[in-house]
Amino acid sequence: MSKHPPAEIGLMSPRILGPAIGQAVRKLDPRSLARNPVIFSTALVSLLSTVLVAREALQSGPAVWTGLQIAIWLWFTVLFANFAEAVAEGRGKARADAFRSTRTSAKAKLLEDPADRSRTRPTDIAQVEPGQLILVEAGDTIPTDGTVVAGVASVDESAITGESAPVIRESGGDRSSVTGGTRLVSDWLVVRVTAKPGETFLDRMIALVEGARRQKTPNEIALDILLAGLTLVFLLVVATLPAFASWSGTTLPVIYLAALFVTLIPTTIGGLLSAIGIAGMDRLVKANVVAKSGRAVEAAGDIDVLLLDKTGTITFGNRMADAFEPAPGVAPRMLAEAAFLASLADDTPEGKSIVDLALRSFGFSPDAAKDAHIVPFSAHTRMSGVDLPGGVSLRKGASDAMAALSGAPLAPAVDQIVKRIASSGGTPLVVAQDRKVLGVIHLKDVVKPAIRERFAELRRMGIRTVMITGDNPLTAAAIAAEAGVDDVLAEATPEKKLELIRKEQAAGRLVAMCGDGSNDAPALAQADVGVAMNTGTAAAKEAGNLIDLDSDPTKLIEIVMVGKQLLISRGALTTFSVANDVAKYFAILPALFVGAYPGLAALDVMGLGSPQSAILSAIIFNALVIVALIPIALKGVRYRPASAATLLSRNLLVYGLGGLLAPFVGIKLIDLLVDLLHLA
Amino acid sequence: MTDDLLQFALFAGLLIAVAVPLGAYMAAVFAGEVRFLAPVERALAAGAGAAVRQDQRWTAYALSLLAFNAAGFVLLFLILRFQNLLPLNPQGFDGLSAPLAFNTALSFVTNTNWQAYGGETTMSNFSQMVGLTTQNFVSAASGMAVAAAVARGLAARRTRVLGNFWTDLTRATLYILLPGALGLALVFAASGIPQTLAAAFDAATLDAGTQTIAVGPAASQVAIKQLGTNGGGFFNVNSAHPLENPTALTNLLSTLAILAIPAAFCFTYGRMVGDRRQGIALFAAMGLLFLAGFAAIYAAEAAGNPLQAGLVDPGTGNMEGKEVRFGVLGSTLWAAATTAASNGSVNAMHDSFTPLGGLVAMLNIQLGEVVFGGVGVGLTGMLLFVVLTVFLAGLMVGRTPEYLGKKIEAREVKLAALTLLVMPLGVLVASAASILAGTAETAVLTPGPHGLSELLYAYSSATGNNGSAFAGFSANTEWHNIALGIAMMLGRFGYIVPILAIAGSLAGKTAAPAGPGTFPTHGALFVTLLLATILIVGALTFLPVLALGPIAEQVSLAAGRTF
Repeated sequence: MSKHPPAEIGLMSPRILGPAIGQAVRKLDPRSLARNPVIFSTALVSLLSTVLVAREALQSGPAVWTGLQIAIWLWFTVLFANFAEAVAEGRGKARADAFRSTRTSAKAKLLEDPADRSRTRPTDIAQVEPGQLILVEAGDTIPTDGTVVAGVASVDESAITGESAPVIRESGGDRSSVTGGTRLVSDWLVVRVTAKPGETFLDRMIALVEGARRQKTPNEIALDILLAGLTLVFLLVVATLPAFASWSGTTLPVIYLAALFVTLIPTTIGGLLSAIGIAGMDRLVKANVVAKSGRAVEAAGDIDVLLLDKTGTITFGNRMADAFEPAPGVAPRMLAEAAFLASLADDTPEGKSIVDLALRSFGFSPDAAKDAHIVPFSAHTRMSGVDLPGGVSLRKGASDAMAALSGAPLAPAVDQIVKRIASSGGTPLVVAQDRKVLGVIHLKDVVKPAIRERFAELRRMGIRTVMITGDNPLTAAAIAAEAGVDDVLAEATPEKKLELIRKEQAAGRLVAMCGDGSNDAPALAQADVGVAMNTGTAAAKEAGNLIDLDSDPTKLIEIVMVGKQLLISRGALTTFSVANDVAKYFAILPALFVGAYPGLAALDVMGLGSPQSAILSAIIFNALVIVALIPIALKGVRYRPASAATLLSRNLLVYGLGGLLAPFVGIKLIDLLVDLLHLA
Repeated sequence: MTDDLLQFALFAGLLIAVAVPLGAYMAAVFAGEVRFLAPVERALAAGAGAAVRQDQRWTAYALSLLAFNAAGFVLLFLILRFQNLLPLNPQGFDGLSAPLAFNTALSFVTNTNWQAYGGETTMSNFSQMVGLTTQNFVSAASGMAVAAAVARGLAARRTRVLGNFWTDLTRATLYILLPGALGLALVFAASGIPQTLAAAFDAATLDAGTQTIAVGPAASQVAIKQLGTNGGGFFNVNSAHPLENPTALTNLLSTLAILAIPAAFCFTYGRMVGDRRQGIALFAAMGLLFLAGFAAIYAAEAAGNPLQAGLVDPGTGNMEGKEVRFGVLGSTLWAAATTAASNGSVNAMHDSFTPLGGLVAMLNIQLGEVVFGGVGVGLTGMLLFVVLTVFLAGLMVGRTPEYLGKKIEAREVKLAALTLLVMPLGVLVASAASILAGTAETAVLTPGPHGLSELLYAYSSATGNNGSAFAGFSANTEWHNIALGIAMMLGRFGYIVPILAIAGSLAGKTAAPAGPGTFPTHGALFVTLLLATILIVGALTFLPVLALGPIAEQVSLAAGRTF
């Protein structure tokens, strides 16, 4: 199966950047600015500076040129912040447009009588209510979300999942749900509508990536408050400065104070904060996961316990032949050949794997089974096999069934083999020729390759994995040990799952799980992060707070990473932003005060050209650093699973120490340039 | 120099030797395990009624504290205002003016003990003993109660209660402050600090003059002034006075007593939250800041005044305003301790320190009194920085920030961010307002950068609830008495109420067990980060004014310009 990810949008594609420039200007609307306290303050100060410069110009004062440049760069600071947000939104919008193009404008075929498919009434999709039945036929785009009540059809879901191979959708079971915007490739379906008009999965996805109605997440709100607090502190610092300056016998031009204020308040993180949030959602969509709320994404970063279904997630879900274990006195080749012939006609995955193993080990020819009489598996006999033309009968089956066949209990040696295999988590399949037991096939639930490493990775991140399985405790423990999970819930029922989640939550842990069946719904709803498979039932999708379009249970791990990366990006850029202030002080304070106390030139450790160029360089650096960090905000800070202490030391080094030192270099370089161009 | 280092090392060793067991003892006190005065407790409780037995939510706890302090303020205000009508006034002092009484009453209720008055020339014995000494005890006990409540809140799991204010107040006083002060007062009295109800007397001096020697119940008041990080001296020049601090032993014990309870609270905290490493981490952070502060003041003072180069023995250092008995080490160690711990008693005149020495003393206060800080409130002030640090660090490890397993969310951040405004409001805004109102100019001894330092120091001291001063500043004016009084209130309750609210909010949360994914709040990495947060917030807030004050003075001094 080939997979094409949703069209990749380049980080700096002109398709995004062009409109973003226009958006940046449009976002100067005060109602839009007010959402962000830091940038709103910056805009107010820019406005004030502009007025001051205009007044200075009218009075043809001496400081018009420097003042004008400062005012311009203050506006640029606001525009750059708007631009960052606009770029992030633009990427989302491009994705949303792609989704929107799949939305159909064709009328839904409303069925008046479910039994009679010939009578349909074309109805505008906006008029179709949940519970009504619609008919979808080959070539149609499914107009809205629903559950299949009749029919079997193959559906092309590539518009949503990027998966090009069509999938089967049929009534009943776990493959009954269809998504609006996908296309029927063959046959027909009768679908009971489950979504209200305008609230389909596709609509939700569009709203999500567009970020139009983006709600701030809890951590984002907390950070916003901290940034507003810092802004207030700096407001007090700067607003009281004229009084202290007058005491010191000097006056400070208001426009310099405006510059000082804007360089001190956390404009860097303030300007990038919403871009980080939007980009985080975008990364999630790129991973083919739809979040019903930003809260769930953030919670994913906090997960302590991951509940994973064994089948399909940890193991392939099919038992496969692992070894032939002959009874005493039987040659391994003989057992293998008997098993091979008995399984040739068996096209279950188990049967195929026995054939595979025998071929790999000994290389038999299937000719011997020509014209053989096939004895298929039946629930009654619980065995299958062949009767060869020569009159030889070969059978394989469960140990008790085979014992019944041979008319005597299994030989102690064979019985021992059977017990050993069972206790190791495998399934023993006894093979007999003409009612004489030859040996045992060891069928094993095969653990996916590399899953052990992923669990080790999770453990390093501090996340405990619990395997959920319906197997008996013995089998479960064996597989758990092989896969390297931390804990196991055997003989799981939906009730036991729910109970486990509640127990973990009561101990203060956050739990994530994924599921697809209706009986998973309560647990999905109870879990802090519930990932529903897209193929799953409507109930499961309603209960979860994330939906994985690929229906891949291991996706949980990726979701956790996206959540963590989102938080890390915010924290790292905040640290960077605050650490920057130290250097800005060393640039601006001597420039402001050197007139009053020439000795304070000693604070000018960067040796900047002149007081004017120092202030100008600081404000230019402050504005440009927003642009420079847009790629980091959009891509997210690099994240690799590691312990908290390791992550912190690394990020502190890069963004803390880096934030402390980078502006010294940056401001100095800009100052050299400003001097060179005689800008101040 | 080597002697000085040795003395400092000895001091540090003694401090730890006292703080660790004292911390354990205090934890036992607040857990209600120390009951040797149970009959007294019962008698007090019987008088107070049921209110003292019920565990309180943070709101009730904070309201009890505010009501108690308000009542204390009113009572003290009346005593001071009308001391002329009250007994034990052998000198026949007048009642204090209303602004001075307002300022002084607030000052003692908020554990600031800023003195806009001269003790021996203003206060009757009744005012000193019944008025001031009472508040020396209970204002300290209030702060200790706050720390106990906050520690309980952090340790609690899904409850809404933080303990009972009245019980904590009583226990802190009965089991910690009273026994400590009693023991210390006895040693002090034995060392020559007066403890008498007699009036001042005249003594014949060697050069055939007479000098009025003020005496009074000093030893008892000095003991609690040190132990409760009060700092209000019996005499005007505080512990530089030979009768308030007569010997090397009293000097050592006083310096130790300044830091003993604040330092011990780190260990108390560790025990109360059930993880002693948490307390050790906070002690390490405070200890390192203290060490750095002391080293900077000591270096600045030992280097001396560049203008006096060649005029004095270079080994002497800057001795202006210092007692010859204490020298540079004894004076700077005390200065570091008293400004770190929000005590405010002095044995040397900070006004006469070199500009850089004075700067560090001032910065110690401006950091928010978190370098050990006032009894109880120093710890809780540090915890506010911990909340902010944890928030940033937590984000950087990719989890909703947690402290002791409890999530730090918008509500906690909001409250902690609110407290960031306290120091700028009390110091910057109030100082700037004084300048604009023209009241600063008249109060300072000299204009220019040194005058600015005096002004800033006064408002830092008030907001930080320290109480020490650059003594050149004449604070006893209507404007400054009232403005400083407001700054003191802001600096006290502007921290206490939010931290109690945070504790109340955290008490209701479950605690997630720690794992490799949670960020450890003990260990060197966290301590470094905490220090960086404190220093950066402090530096960013105060660097501009410090540049115009002490830094400008120092660079001008180096260039030979004085003010």
